[in-house]
Amino acid sequence: MSTLLNMTAAQARLALDSKSISASELTEAYLTAAKDSQNLNAYTEVTADKARQMAKNSDARIAKGEARPLEGLPIGVKDLFCTKGIETTACSNILNGYKPVYESTVTENLWNDGAVMLGKLNCDEFAMGSSNETSARGSVINPWKDSNNDRDYVPGGSSGGSAASVAAQSSIMATGTDTGGSIRQPAAFCGVVGLKPTYGRCSRRGIIAFASSLDQAGPIARNVEDSALMLQSMASYDNRDSTSVSEPMPDLLSEKDKSIKGMTIGIPKEYTMEGIDERIIELWFEGRKWLEDAGAKCVEVSLPHTKYALPTYYIIAPAEASSNLARYDGVRFGERVEASQLDDMYSATRAAGFGAEVTRRILIGSYVLSAGYYDAYYLKAQKTRRLIQNDFTEAFTKVDALLTPTTPSAAFPLGDKITDQVTMYLNDVFTVPASLAGIPAISIPAGYAENGLPLGLQIIAPSFCEDRVVKIGSCIEKNAQFDQNPNRNNGGAK
Amino acid sequence: MTTENPNLPNLIEGRTGLWEIVIGLEVHAQASSKAKLFSGSSAAFGAAPNEHVSLVDAAMPGMLPVINRFCVEQAVRTGLGLGSTINLVSVFDRKNYFYADLPQGYQISQYKYPIVSGGSVTIDLKDGASRTIGIERLHLEQDAGKSLHDQHPSKSYIDLNRSGVALMEIVTNPDMRSAEEAAAFVTKLRSILRFLGTCDGNMEEGSMRADCNVSVRRPSGELGTRTECKNLNSIRFIAQAINAEAARQIEIIEDGGTIDQETRLFDTATGQTRAMRSKENAHDYRYFPDPDLLPLTLEQAWVDEIKASLPELPDALKARLIDQYGLSPYDATVIAETRETAEFYEKIAEGRDAKIAANWLTIELFGALNKQGKTLSSSPVSPQQLGALVGLISDGTISGRIAKDVFADMMETSRYPDVIIEEKGLKQVSDTGEIEAMIDAVIASNTDKVEEYQNGKDKLFGFFVGQVMKQSKGQANPAIVNDILKAKLNG
Repeated sequence: MSTLLNMTAAQARLALDSKSISASELTEAYLTAAKDSQNLNAYTEVTADKARQMAKNSDARIAKGEARPLEGLPIGVKDLFCTKGIETTACSNILNGYKPVYESTVTENLWNDGAVMLGKLNCDEFAMGSSNETSARGSVINPWKDSNNDRDYVPGGSSGGSAASVAAQSSIMATGTDTGGSIRQPAAFCGVVGLKPTYGRCSRRGIIAFASSLDQAGPIARNVEDSALMLQSMASYDNRDSTSVSEPMPDLLSEKDKSIKGMTIGIPKEYTMEGIDERIIELWFEGRKWLEDAGAKCVEVSLPHTKYALPTYYIIAPAEASSNLARYDGVRFGERVEASQLDDMYSATRAAGFGAEVTRRILIGSYVLSAGYYDAYYLKAQKTRRLIQNDFTEAFTKVDALLTPTTPSAAFPLGDKITDQVTMYLNDVFTVPASLAGIPAISIPAGYAENGLPLGLQIIAPSFCEDRVVKIGSCIEKNAQFDQNPNRNNGGAK
Repeated sequence: MTTENPNLPNLIEGRTGLWEIVIGLEVHAQASSKAKLFSGSSAAFGAAPNEHVSLVDAAMPGMLPVINRFCVEQAVRTGLGLGSTINLVSVFDRKNYFYADLPQGYQISQYKYPIVSGGSVTIDLKDGASRTIGIERLHLEQDAGKSLHDQHPSKSYIDLNRSGVALMEIVTNPDMRSAEEAAAFVTKLRSILRFLGTCDGNMEEGSMRADCNVSVRRPSGELGTRTECKNLNSIRFIAQAINAEAARQIEIIEDGGTIDQETRLFDTATGQTRAMRSKENAHDYRYFPDPDLLPLTLEQAWVDEIKASLPELPDALKARLIDQYGLSPYDATVIAETRETAEFYEKIAEGRDAKIAANWLTIELFGALNKQGKTLSSSPVSPQQLGALVGLISDGTISGRIAKDVFADMMETSRYPDVIIEEKGLKQVSDTGEIEAMIDAVIASNTDKVEEYQNGKDKLFGFFVGQVMKQSKGQANPAIVNDILKAKLNG
C-alpha cells in the first residue's frame, strides 16, 4: 500500500501507462489513506463513489491507449472550487448544502485530462486566513510535528487542507488558490511544493471569489515536476473570465532538468526583516549557495516599497472581498435565516453564516471604500500597489528571478496566533508582494527549523515566466534533498 | 399661484414674486440588443418570470461578467447621434448596495470614466421656437431585476429577467426651464434613439424611464436645493411630477422653509410627489473599479465605422424634407417623426407633387389607418400605390373628389388606383367640348336661375357647378367647369 502512495504523480503516470498498477488500485490506496488520516481534518468530503467511477474510466482509457496527461491521478480539490453536484461551501456555514450545477473551469480542465477526484479539501473560510483555523469545518492539523512536544500544529492557510493532504499522502496532489500566499505559505509549512502562476493564467470562473484582482488557482504537489504537470492542465484561456490571459504557457516539464548556468538571481535586501527566525536566514544563504554552485550569479537587489506590501494587501483584498461576498445574502441560494423584513433577513443570515475573520474583513473592506475614506485608503493602496509592481519590474531588468524565504517562521501551534490578527497577517510578509504584482512564484521545501518543522524557499519570476520558476525551483529542490516524510521526526501525526 | 407671466415665458408667479424652475433629467434607456450587458441571456421583454436568467445574472458563486460588444456599440452609436465625445477609454465601477432584486449586491455601472461625454439635443417648442439642451454624459450600466410586492400577503416576489440588461444612462445639464421643455426633450431624445435603432423608447414596457432633478430659484438667481424624483415611466408623468414638485418647493420657500435634498417618488394617483422612506434612500455606494473587468478601450477606427453607418437623424431629415420637397415645417415635423413614415413618404413623393403627397399621407392615409386601428407598417395601401394615386391627381386623370372614392376602395382591396379607375370608369372628364355641352344643357334648363345670377345673386354659381358635376357623375374636371361656366354666365 505505502509504496503506491510514495509514488509521485509523474512516477504514477509511468506506472499506470506501463500497467504495473491500475488507476482503481491507486485510487483505492488514496481513499484508504484519506480515511486513515481523518484526524487531520484535511478533507471536508471524500467522494469515494465518484473517485472509483472516475478511476474505472481511467483504466478503460489506459487499456485503449488513450491516456490523457493526468489519467488516473487521484487529486483533492480545495472547497473553494465549484464542483458540479458536489457540495461546495468555501468552508463557510453560509453555503451549507450548496451544490453547484456547474463545474469550475480549472477543475473541468483536470477532469478532461483524466484526473480522479478524491474529494473536497478544507480551507480557511472564503480563503481568508493563514492557518486554516477560520474554517467552519474545523481546523486542519499539520501532519508535521515539533520534535520537542506533542502539540498540534497549523498547516498554514488558506489552502491548509490541500497542503496537509499532499504532505500526509492522502492525495497525490491538490488544487489550491493563492491571494496573498495561500498556496505558497501552507506548502512551506507542510514541506511540499506550492506554485502560484501569473495572474490570469488560470481561469477564475467557478472559483468562489475572495479578492478578484489577486486570486489565482495553482497546484500543491510533492515536487516541482508534479506541480508543473498539474499547472499545465489547470491553466487555460477562458473567455468567460474577462481577466483570463491567452499568453501561451511555456513547456514547463522540459524546464525541470535544465541548467541555470548564466542566470542572475536577485536577493531582495528588504526581505531581511526583524523577527525572522535565524534558521530561515541561514537557509536563505544555503539556497543562495546552491544556486551559485549551479552556475548562477546572485546579486543583491532592492525592492524599496516592500514594507508597504502587507498594509496595501490588507486594504485591497478586504475591499474587493466586501463586495464579492455581498451576494451571500440568503436570497437565491445557501442558508437563509428567515425574517419579516428584508434588512433583518440579511443581517440574521449573514451573522449566522459568516465567521469572525470573514466578518472582520468585510467590515474593513467596507470602511476603506466608504465616502471620505476611499482616497486615503483604497486609492492610496492601489497607487502603492503600482509602486510595488514597479519595484519588481525594475529589479527584473537586472536579474532573471528572485530568491527569498517563503515565510518568516515555521508552522506554529494551533490556537497560538488566531486571536492576534496582526501577528497572523505577518505570516504573509514574503508572499504578498508577488501577489500584488501578479507575478509567478513557487515555494520549495528546503530545510527544517530547529524543531524539525519544514521551511520553504521561494522563487519569484517576471510575468509569464513560469519556466524560470520551474527551472530554478528544480535546482533548489535537487540540492535541498528534502525528506518529505512527516514522521522523520519520530513525532509525526501518524 | 401658477399663472404664467406672459412677458417672461416659463416663469411662475408665486405669492412673493416670480420663480424659475431648473430641471435636469437622468434618462435610463434600455439598449436594444438580443443579450444582456455582461451575460449572454436574452434581454427580450415579456417572458415568464425568471426565464431569462443565467448563472451570471443570478450572481451564483464564482460567476464572472463578460462585456457584450454589441451593447457597447449601441452606446457609441447613441453618443455619436447626440453629437457627444466618445471616450476611447472608460471604466466599469461597482455601485454597492443590498436589495433583493440586485443579485450581486452591486450594480456594474460607470462612475468616474463614462464611455460618452457631452453632446446636445435640440428641442422643438410651440411657435416653432427651439432650444438646445446640453448632455453631460452617457454611461453603460446593468439594470436590476423586478420586485413584486403585491403578489402575496407577506412575501415579495423577485423576477430577475431584467437583471443585467444593458441601460444607457443619459444625464442632461440642468438646462430645462419648464415641464413642457422636459417633455419636449424626452420626446426628441426618444425619437433620436428610435432613429438610431439603439432603444425602442417604449416607456410602457419600461425600456425608457427618467429621474427628474428639480429646483426653483429667483429668475437668474442662485440655484436652489434640488430634489430627485425617480422612475417616471411616461412623458405625461414627467411633466406632472415637475409641476407638482416645483409648486411644492415654491410653497415651502415662500412659507419661510428650506428644501431638503432628498429622493422622492411620484404618486400617479394623487399627482403629488412624496419623500422616499429613509430606508429606501441610498446609502454610501462605495464605488470602486470592478476588478473582474478590464478598462474598456475602443479603437478610433471602430468608432469611425459606426459613425459612417449612422442613419439620417430627425433634425437633419426634417431640414432636408423642407429643403428638398418644399414642405412646411409642420408637415416636415409630422413626416420626420419616424424613419418609417419618412421612408414611406419619400417613396410616394418620388417624381410627384410633394405637397399633395404630404396631404395624402398625413391626412388621408393616417386618418384611415387610425379609424381601422392599423399602423403604417400594416397599411393595406403601399407607398407605391398611394404614389400612383397622387400621380393620377396631379396629371388630371381624376379629381381630388373622385380620388377619395378610389382611395377608399384601395384601403379595402389593396389594388392599384388605375385598376380601380378603369373598372369603375372614374376617369375625369376634361374634354372641353363635352363639358361645354353639359354646361349648355344645365343653363338651358335653368334659365330663371341664370337670370337671378346675372342680376347679382353670385351664390348661385355654386348651384350651376353642382348641376354640372351631377350630370357628369362627379367626373367633370372642376377647374375647366369653372372657367367655361364663368365665361358663359358672365356673357
